[in-house]
Amino acid sequence: MTMAWFKRSKENISTTAPKKENSDGNWIKCSECGEMIHKVQWESNLYSCINCGHHFRIGSQEYFGIILDEGSFKEIDKKLRSVDPLEFTDTKPYKKRVEESIKSTELNDAIRTGTGKINGIDVVIGCMDFGFIGGSMGSVVGEKISRAIDKAIKTKNPLIIISSSGGARMMEGAVSLMQLAKTSSKLAKLDEEKIPYISILTNPTTGGATASFSMLGDINIAEPKALIAFAGPRVVKQATGKDLPDGFQKSEFLLEHGFIDFIVSRKDLKEKLTQLLKLISG
Amino acid sequence: MAVQNILGFEKPIIELEKKISEMRKMADKFDISNEINKLESKVNSLRKEVFENLTPWQIVQLARHPERPYSLDYIYLMTENFIELHGDRRYSDDKAIVGGFAKLGEETVMIIGQQKGRDTKSNIYRNFGMPNPEGYRKALRLMKLAEKFNKPVITLIDTPGAYPGIEAEERGQAEAIARNLFEMSKLQVPIIAVIIGEGASGGALGIGLGDRVLMLQYCWYSVISPESCSSILWRSWDFKEQAAESLKLTSQDMLKLKIIDRIIEEPEGGAHRDHEKAAAILKGVLVEELAGVKKIKKEKLLDSRIKKFGEMGFWKE
Ligand SMILES: [Zn+2]
Repeated sequence: MTMAWFKRSKENISTTAPKKENSDGNWIKCSECGEMIHKVQWESNLYSCINCGHHFRIGSQEYFGIILDEGSFKEIDKKLRSVDPLEFTDTKPYKKRVEESIKSTELNDAIRTGTGKINGIDVVIGCMDFGFIGGSMGSVVGEKISRAIDKAIKTKNPLIIISSSGGARMMEGAVSLMQLAKTSSKLAKLDEEKIPYISILTNPTTGGATASFSMLGDINIAEPKALIAFAGPRVVKQATGKDLPDGFQKSEFLLEHGFIDFIVSRKDLKEKLTQLLKLISG
Repeated sequence: MAVQNILGFEKPIIELEKKISEMRKMADKFDISNEINKLESKVNSLRKEVFENLTPWQIVQLARHPERPYSLDYIYLMTENFIELHGDRRYSDDKAIVGGFAKLGEETVMIIGQQKGRDTKSNIYRNFGMPNPEGYRKALRLMKLAEKFNKPVITLIDTPGAYPGIEAEERGQAEAIARNLFEMSKLQVPIIAVIIGEGASGGALGIGLGDRVLMLQYCWYSVISPESCSSILWRSWDFKEQAAESLKLTSQDMLKLKIIDRIIEEPEGGAHRDHEKAAAILKGVLVEELAGVKKIKKEKLLDSRIKKFGEMGFWKE
C-alpha cells in the first residue's frame, strides 16, 4: 500500500465508496474505457482510471483522505439523524429507507462535516455521500451544512464543501426544499464575514444542491466530466423532446458557460486547494 | 363569474348554483322565494361539506384551476399605478415573471410574480409560468431596485417549476435560483412572499425567501409535483393522488411544518370563483403584514430572516 494519506482499518474500508464498477476480485474494469485496473493501482491513482482518467465515484471517507493531512480530520455533529417529519411512505416507509441506508453505508446521513488541515491550513470541511439515499439533501444535510458554516464563522477558517447529490430529499417534501433557503442564507452570512467558501462539484451534483450551496462558492471547482445540472438530462429531454448537445451538463460544459472557475483532476486537488487558500489568505 | 372549467368535485355545487340563478330569473313572475332559499341553504351546506373535506389532490387541482387569478390579476386588482419593468439587463425579458413598482394602499412596493397564461397562445407566451434563468435574474434586479429606493418587496408565487430546458441549463438555472436565495437573504428591505397557486420546488422558492411567507388556502407547496413524485418513487404516473397525500403539500401542512407564517382564506369555492374578493382579502392581509415588517429595525430584520430559515428542518441527535 502506497497511500499514506488513507488510513485503513477494517471498519472504514470503502464503506462510503459505492460498489466498485464491474469489480472482479482485485481487478476493476473502467466503465468508460474498459481498462482493467488493479485495486492497488486504482487506489494509488486516487480512484481514477490509469488509462482514461475517469473519476470513479467515491465517498467522504476517500475525499477526506485525499484532501486532508493525515489524522487531521475531526468530525462534528456526527450523531445527527433524520426523523420523518412527513411520515412519508411510498413503496416503503421513509423511516425504513433511512434505517437501511444507515446500515448499508455505516453513515448517519448524506454528508459528513468537520475540521481538518490541508497542508497545514485549517479548514472547515463537508463532504456528501452519494451512497446515502442518492446524496439527497434533507433536514440533516441542511443542518450539518448550516452548523459547518457557523463553525467557519466562529473559527474564521475557510469552508470547503464537496458535493455529490441527486438533489433535495423528496421524502421530506417542502421541508427538504427549505434546506435550499437555509444553506444559502447561512452562506450569505459567511459572505458578510468575508470568509472564503470553496465549492467542489463532483459527479453528480444536481437539483436542490446545485440550486443552493453547491453553486454559491466564491470559487466553484469541478472534477472532470462530472454531471452538474439543475434538471437532470432525462428530465430535460423529456420536457423539450430535443436531442441534448454533446457534453451537455458536464463540467467542461459548465466551465465554457461560465459557471465554474476551473476543472481539477483528483490527483491535483489537494495542491490546487493549498495554492488557492494561500493566495486568498496570503 | 361564469365558470368555464369545472372540476369534478365542483360540479354538483355549480349545477345547484345554476339552478338557483335560473329560478331567480323567474322570481318576479312566481312566488318561489321559499324554494330559492331552500336551494341556497342546500348549496351552502354542500359547498361547505366539499371544501372542508378536500383531498390534497383536489387542492392541487384548485391551485391549477385555469380560471384562478394569476399574478397580474392580483396586481391590477390590488394596486394602483403599476408600472411594469422588463428585462434582466443580461440576456432578455422573461415573460414568465412579471414585476414593477406599484401603490399598495398608501405605500409604494415592488411587486414581482410568476405569470401563467389563460389560453394556449398566452401560455406559450408565458412559458406556462415556468421561468428561465433570466426570469430569476430579472426578479433579483427588481429587488435590488427596491432595496436602492427603500421599498418593500412582495413576491407572488405561482409556478409548475423552473423551466427544465436546454438553454435554461446553459444559462445556469441552478445558479440563478441559488443566487436569488443568497441575495434575498441579505436584501435590506422587507420581503413578503405569497404562494397564490402552485409552489413547485426550487422554481417557486427562487422568489420565495421572505420575512413573512404567506399562502392562499387552496395552494400547494412542495419539493416536487405529485406527478413527478409518483413517477420517481412509484415508477408510474398513476400514484399522483397518493403522492399528493404523502408530500404534505397543503397550506395546513405548511403551517404545521412551520414553513409558512399564515394562511390566507379564499372566497367560498376558491379564488377562481371571485377574483375581486380574493384580491381584496389578499390586499388587506398584505397591508397589515407590511405594517408589521416595516416596524422591525433593519439589522434585526436580516438577522431574523436568516434565523427563520436557519431553524427550518427536523432531526435528532
Ligand atoms: Zn478508463
